[in-house]
Amino acid sequence: MNSRVTDKIATSIFVLFAAIMAGTLFALLGYILYHGFAVIDLDFLTSNSSSFREGGGIKNQLFNSFYVLFITMLFTVPLGIGGGIYMAEYAKPGKVTDFIRTCIEVLASLPSIVVGMFGLLVFVAWTGWGYTILSGALALTVFNLPVIVRVCEDAIRSVPRELKEASLALGVTHWHTIKTVLLPAAFPGILTGVILSAGRVFGEAAALLFTAGLTTPNLDFTNWNPFNIHSPLNIFRPAETLSVHIWKVNTQGIIPDVREVADGASAVLVISVLIFNLLARWLGSVIHKRMSGSK
Amino acid sequence: MKFVLDKKQERVTKEKEKKNAILKVRNLNIYYGDNHAVHDINMDIEEKSITALIGPSGCGKSTFLRSINRMNDTIPIAKNNGEILYEGLNILEDDIEVVALRKEIGMVFQKPNPFPMSIYNNITHALKFKGIRKKKELNQIVEDSLKKAALWDEVKDRLHESALSLSGGQQQRLCIARSLALKPRILLLDEPSSALDPISNAKIEDLIMELSSEYTIIIVTHNMQQASRVADKTAFFLSGDLMEYDETSKIFTNPSNPKTEEYITGKFG
Repeated sequence: MNSRVTDKIATSIFVLFAAIMAGTLFALLGYILYHGFAVIDLDFLTSNSSSFREGGGIKNQLFNSFYVLFITMLFTVPLGIGGGIYMAEYAKPGKVTDFIRTCIEVLASLPSIVVGMFGLLVFVAWTGWGYTILSGALALTVFNLPVIVRVCEDAIRSVPRELKEASLALGVTHWHTIKTVLLPAAFPGILTGVILSAGRVFGEAAALLFTAGLTTPNLDFTNWNPFNIHSPLNIFRPAETLSVHIWKVNTQGIIPDVREVADGASAVLVISVLIFNLLARWLGSVIHKRMSGSK
Repeated sequence: MKFVLDKKQERVTKEKEKKNAILKVRNLNIYYGDNHAVHDINMDIEEKSITALIGPSGCGKSTFLRSINRMNDTIPIAKNNGEILYEGLNILEDDIEVVALRKEIGMVFQKPNPFPMSIYNNITHALKFKGIRKKKELNQIVEDSLKKAALWDEVKDRLHESALSLSGGQQQRLCIARSLALKPRILLLDEPSSALDPISNAKIEDLIMELSSEYTIIIVTHNMQQASRVADKTAFFLSGDLMEYDETSKIFTNPSNPKTEEYITGKFG
């Protein structure tokens, strides 16, 4: 077999693998969206879910998903950026740093159900809060933080060393350099990473089962007092998110239209994650252009 | 190239008188971990003159240059001993305020490294950190330093465009302007034109000679012609040793060390 034939075979194998991957993805997406679009309408998105009758919607679940995501990001992003800055700029190479890095990697690879059980112990039972949005968000923070730290560290490290040296050589301090040169240059990478991880958080179910709970109180969307149990903004209320809802109707649902609700909710979930991904790409390229282009 | 030579001639005759040493390097050793990169250097750098550091790659000249404004501090494994006396003060001491030192001793790197911001902000970056906030004052400094770096006429109408839209040579002059804005006394140039085309290179060389009437310039270069064109004194480094340090004309016409002669005639390098 001569090298030309080998090369051709290798090429076709890789093309085949890529095709299998893309094909699976499209088939899955197509299947979910096809079945989902049959169910999704304005009514489905804006009505309450039902416990036994058919025709329930996902209004509260959808809101909960975004709200839990928002609270999670409120914790994760500042902590993650801080951790990333430390790892990229301050941590001295050595055993301690290696240990921290190993911890972050282990944390990042923890199964989410384990994070959920940990959340149950600490954020639900030990704090005495019960199933709350805050508990869920904290569990998701444990789950998401290592990813954000990693993303920020990589983004800061990928800023050319020359830029940092340029600023230091001008007699600017390390911290001011981080603030005004490194972080802005790393911003597109950080933003993309944060949005992509938002997709992961948005779709997470296992870590929320035992922390944010499987139920939602009757929400009154005209009640904006964050201390009222019926207020959507209350972070001390249980909240069933979209992914948890899909899991619940499929395992313990007694509504007759389980299939439809699950299809619709899955499609909404997938579309949201898809939007996060596209948004990340789009924003990343816009900012990149703005920073390197003519304006 | 003729006008370059003329200018140099003029300068040499005008400033023949003895200058005092702004930097005195005494028994300087620099180590990267176990690697002894610079061995026991002693040399005096004259004020308001151009000193070229030449030698093959890895000979320690850039390492030495970076130690003068403590840029080696950013490399954790770099250690040094000995003295670099600047106005009688040993700048290698631990209690030296590095931030203040770097304002007096600026540095321009091999690869043009403007910040990914506007031309204007590239220059004001360090000024704002120093606490200069008045718009008028900033404008004035931006104009002055761009004029000094011979870039003003080319960019005065687009100060708020991204610095990355400039050509390589313009970017490098912007980097020089950025250093000049801090009114340094010494400018360290680490192969400032090796990444540029010949025309940009000639502009940078012109600029360097212009600037030497006000600033002390130390330039690392791989380009022998460049050293002979611009420098008043030239130091030849080889494997971490300072082999020879003398008037540029002497180094290039009648070096005392046979190794120097071999290097400048291209026998190795």
